[in-house]
Amino acid sequence: MREKNKRHVTLLILALTILGLFLANRFLDPYKVRVINLSGIYVTLGLSMNLINGMTGMFSLGHAGFMAVGAYTVGILTMPITMKEMNFFMQPIVPFLANVEWGFLPALIAAGLISALLGVLIGAPVLRLTDDYLAIATLGFAEIIRVVFTNTQSLTNGALGLKGIPNYTNTWWSWGVALVTIWFISYLMRGTYGKAFLAVREDEVAARAMGINLFKHKVMSFAFGCFFAGVAGGLMAGLLGTIDPNMFRITLTFNILLIVVLGGLGKIGGTIIAAVIVTAGMETLRFLDESMDLGFVQIKGIPGMRMVVFSIILIVAVILREKGLLRRPKGREFTYVKN
Amino acid sequence: MNSPMLKIENLVMRFGGVVACNDFTAEIKEGQIVGLIGPNGAGKTTIFNVVTGVYKPTAGQILFSPNGIEQHQLTGLSPDKIAKLGVCRTFQNIRLFGELTVLENVFIGNHLRVKSDVFSTVLRLPHYVAEEKRLYEKSLYLLEKIGLQDTKDEKASSLPYGMQRRLEIARALATDPRLLLLDEPAAGMNPQETRELIEFIREIKDEFDLTIFLIEHHMEVIMEISEKIYVLDHGVLIAQGNPSEIQRNEKVVEAYLGVG
Ligand SMILES: Nc1ncnc2c1ncn2[C@@H]1O[C@H](COP(=O)(O)OP(=O)(O)O)[C@@H](O)[C@H]1O
Ligand SMILES: [Mg+2]
Repeated sequence: MREKNKRHVTLLILALTILGLFLANRFLDPYKVRVINLSGIYVTLGLSMNLINGMTGMFSLGHAGFMAVGAYTVGILTMPITMKEMNFFMQPIVPFLANVEWGFLPALIAAGLISALLGVLIGAPVLRLTDDYLAIATLGFAEIIRVVFTNTQSLTNGALGLKGIPNYTNTWWSWGVALVTIWFISYLMRGTYGKAFLAVREDEVAARAMGINLFKHKVMSFAFGCFFAGVAGGLMAGLLGTIDPNMFRITLTFNILLIVVLGGLGKIGGTIIAAVIVTAGMETLRFLDESMDLGFVQIKGIPGMRMVVFSIILIVAVILREKGLLRRPKGREFTYVKN
Repeated sequence: MNSPMLKIENLVMRFGGVVACNDFTAEIKEGQIVGLIGPNGAGKTTIFNVVTGVYKPTAGQILFSPNGIEQHQLTGLSPDKIAKLGVCRTFQNIRLFGELTVLENVFIGNHLRVKSDVFSTVLRLPHYVAEEKRLYEKSLYLLEKIGLQDTKDEKASSLPYGMQRRLEIARALATDPRLLLLDEPAAGMNPQETRELIEFIREIKDEFDLTIFLIEHHMEVIMEISEKIYVLDHGVLIAQGNPSEIQRNEKVVEAYLGVG
């Protein structure tokens, strides 16, 4: 009975989302549609980071790097052949990629898989050690991947970046992927592997004593997180149409971390809401970065001002959380699907 | 029966200069309840930690035989492998998954026996759904056994101390152990709870066909349920025998009175 009700609620939310997207596409201006797209992408990013950092209790700071991998994968695989020739005028693209032109879906899946594979390669050596090492290794990876992409001229077109990536990303793609991510992570956390991730987060010694292979579960969770980070990066490439290595700086990771912390570590519902609010808020606060004309006085724009404002909001939110002001009543949290 | 369930031979565990356990030898036969006692800091928990793979011993070996035939060398195995072989434990300083519910705590104990792969759990394929249903029923049954079925949706850390200890036992039982190690299960319990615990240990031993290795400070618990007792002092085995032998042993009395 309760199970059935839950299913009805899920279907209702799904129907409303589809209706909302339909109406948004129809009546909103392109700028607002773009914010809706970004929100969907940040839902995926927030959830994938929450899986790693919030649900499994690891500390990864590599999201920007894995997004870069996904974005470049999609950019290179979907770009039309003639467009590639125009982009790579300094040095021709490596022959085996010169004549590929994939559809969006296979390119997104490739983005996720390559990102997950890199995640395993980077994570495996350090996940045997304590979590501080993962933070350092992933942070290093995210920075190194930028340097690498800047210097692999015939693969990524270096600092010039890629221009003219087909704009496949629309609200159906961005929110479709977000829904798949929500579904995947909710069901993952409902099953016994997800519960084992939580156990690892709660107490590694006890988890091992209960027969949970720490390394295997950490790598698994990390790979899933990297997969969705890569897919989200691919969506970003399809949304912006232009990417370059410097887009994927550490501040991007911090934006996602902000969503995870505001939404609540380990909380699915909170992360979705936080992703939408933070994305919309970042866009709304964009005026802070630009010069303002207050009539009698002219304020010169300070780039990065909105990050400052957002950081302050984050600090206040964390303090309020600590004091329990933002904490919702116990047992009523929409965390993950519970039995 | 041929080989004993657990055989600890000449075990030495050194932490830098501290010799927590020196040349300890013990044997536990299938179906026995064996006690391990000694003053604080004697090295009892250390022995549990070595048996369950938390520490690798400096010297000595540990042989585990779940069915009397095959023998596994436990030294060098990781804790999760040892748990899979059928050795599970509770902790002296309770280590529950505090933020998770009571039911989830027990349910997680089943994870090592799950046969489905992770993708069938996400897709909720029929064979996984059936497996999960069975494991939830088993978890609920275990909760009923320890009398916690009404608090199944509460946060584990919100339970009173005595209940947390019982929940740890239920979680360990969910792993289907052959050998159960209990580290001071009666610590912090009142006499009434302690009595219930003694009954409970006997009950689960029979029902789940367990062999039990028990550390305890409450003498009445140890003396009442152990068939055999090992006494440790400063990492050294000073006596072994049945309860009445131990009670009459001079060295034991001395160690407990703190002489020397
Ligand atoms: N990880 C460790 N590192 C250093 N010393 C330890 C460690 N674990 C235990 N010890 C030492 O070993 C001795 C025995 O401890 P323990 O086994 O916990 O005693 P018991 O459980 O009998 O009270 C103590 O002196 C303790 O300080
Ligand atoms: Mg102890």
